[in-house]
Amino acid sequence: MSTLEAALQARPEPPAAAPVGQTCKVRVRGLNFYYGAKRALEDIAIDIPANLVTAFIGPSGCGKSTFLRTLNRMNDIIPGTRVEGEIRIDDRDIYAGGIDVVALRRRVGMVFQKSNPFPKSIFENIAYGIRINGMARSRADLQERVEESLKQAAIWDEVKDRLHESALALSGGQQQRLCIARALAVKPDVLLMDEPASALDPIATQRIEELIYQLKSKYTIVIVTHNMQQAARVSDLTAFFWLGRLVEAGPTDRIFTNPGQTLTEDYVTGRFG
Amino acid sequence: MTINHVPHFQEELDQLKSRLLEMGGLAEDRVRSSVRALVDRDNGLVEGVLAGDTPINQLHIEIDGRCVRLLALHQPMAVDLRAILSAVKINTDLERVGDLAINIAEAALRYLAHPPVKQLIDIPRMAEIAQGMLRDALDAFVRRDTLLAQQVLDADDTLDSLKTQVFRELLTYMLQDPHTIEPSLDLILVSRHLERIGDHATNIAEDVIFMVSARDVRHKGQ
Repeated sequence: MSTLEAALQARPEPPAAAPVGQTCKVRVRGLNFYYGAKRALEDIAIDIPANLVTAFIGPSGCGKSTFLRTLNRMNDIIPGTRVEGEIRIDDRDIYAGGIDVVALRRRVGMVFQKSNPFPKSIFENIAYGIRINGMARSRADLQERVEESLKQAAIWDEVKDRLHESALALSGGQQQRLCIARALAVKPDVLLMDEPASALDPIATQRIEELIYQLKSKYTIVIVTHNMQQAARVSDLTAFFWLGRLVEAGPTDRIFTNPGQTLTEDYVTGRFG
Repeated sequence: MTINHVPHFQEELDQLKSRLLEMGGLAEDRVRSSVRALVDRDNGLVEGVLAGDTPINQLHIEIDGRCVRLLALHQPMAVDLRAILSAVKINTDLERVGDLAINIAEAALRYLAHPPVKQLIDIPRMAEIAQGMLRDALDAFVRRDTLLAQQVLDADDTLDSLKTQVFRELLTYMLQDPHTIEPSLDLILVSRHLERIGDHATNIAEDVIFMVSARDVRHKGQ
């Protein structure tokens, strides 16, 4: 057993408590996740509070993205995977029988590392989800919802005069904000973001980070990032993963100024990983 | 909802600055009260100063916490980095000014137990200059005004001369009448505390120049 493993086993950290007055949105207990025979997540327990930003950090392969994808059952589409344990969103077990996975993913939206707009117009990218979910009462209502989503994602001013041009003509940063608008259009409660700014330049990254900061008043946001500084800048709570285990979770300022675990300290100070 | 184009880091930086100003206001106020208590022979006012150190001490801790948080979470660069480093130092200077106000009040308490040695003229002048330096240094900080900061540095010499003058004058009183030794020593201490307040204002002004122009003007006269 390595020293790091010994340190890890010595003191399991209790799950992040939702700050006082903050409702727990996602409650995870005893979560194990397997890719075939390989256990990728071990006994994860964490509370993710509503209307705050929670960041998952950790070295490559630590399980942070895998864990993120369990929160809207995105791993279901990977053959040979298996989940044990419990994930409750608004106190409802999302792995229980009879759960409508499509409806779950509408409530728990996702934004990926690489922006992936549909090869359609800017307008249609946003309108698509609203239409297939039957959320618009009329053409005017649809237009209103598209506009609202684009405004929420802070891209309206840049695209309002060219809504019917191809989304693929937008810059990388704009495409990513368009994808965020697309996720917001179907009125999710939770927004999962998997490295949403890692392919962007510093200015576009700053806009995404500011957007995340603005959006948290309305949504519960969970972001995976391998950029620790980004986690420090945008999140309220930080959870550090290592070798498929949750080492420590807590308020971001504590994790970055006075972490409880040596392992976390070694990681945030760049001594390993 | 539209996005706010001022990054939230800037908002936090602005909050930090306004908390520092609040602390500066408190410190200045306490210096004013302690000197007025001495000049007006007001024991009640002395007690007020001696009892009221808590808000400054709380701000001292809070401001340091904000600085640590901003450094750890935002990794500021260039002017932002200098602003936070300056804030840490200004915070310490202001807390020391608060402590010096207490020292003045303690000296006043002892002094008031004796008959007045003389009419106080230079000490109120020193207090006025020291408070003005403190106010100007903080104004310079807010307005990022290096010219005003330079004026604060220049004013320090006047304060030093006044301190020497107070000492010489009181020395003659003490030589003439040993009964005046004890109260005179307290007045000398007060002048020394006021001169130290000027030094803290000078430090703040130097930090402002560093923050705005990245120039280190400390110890240039030596």
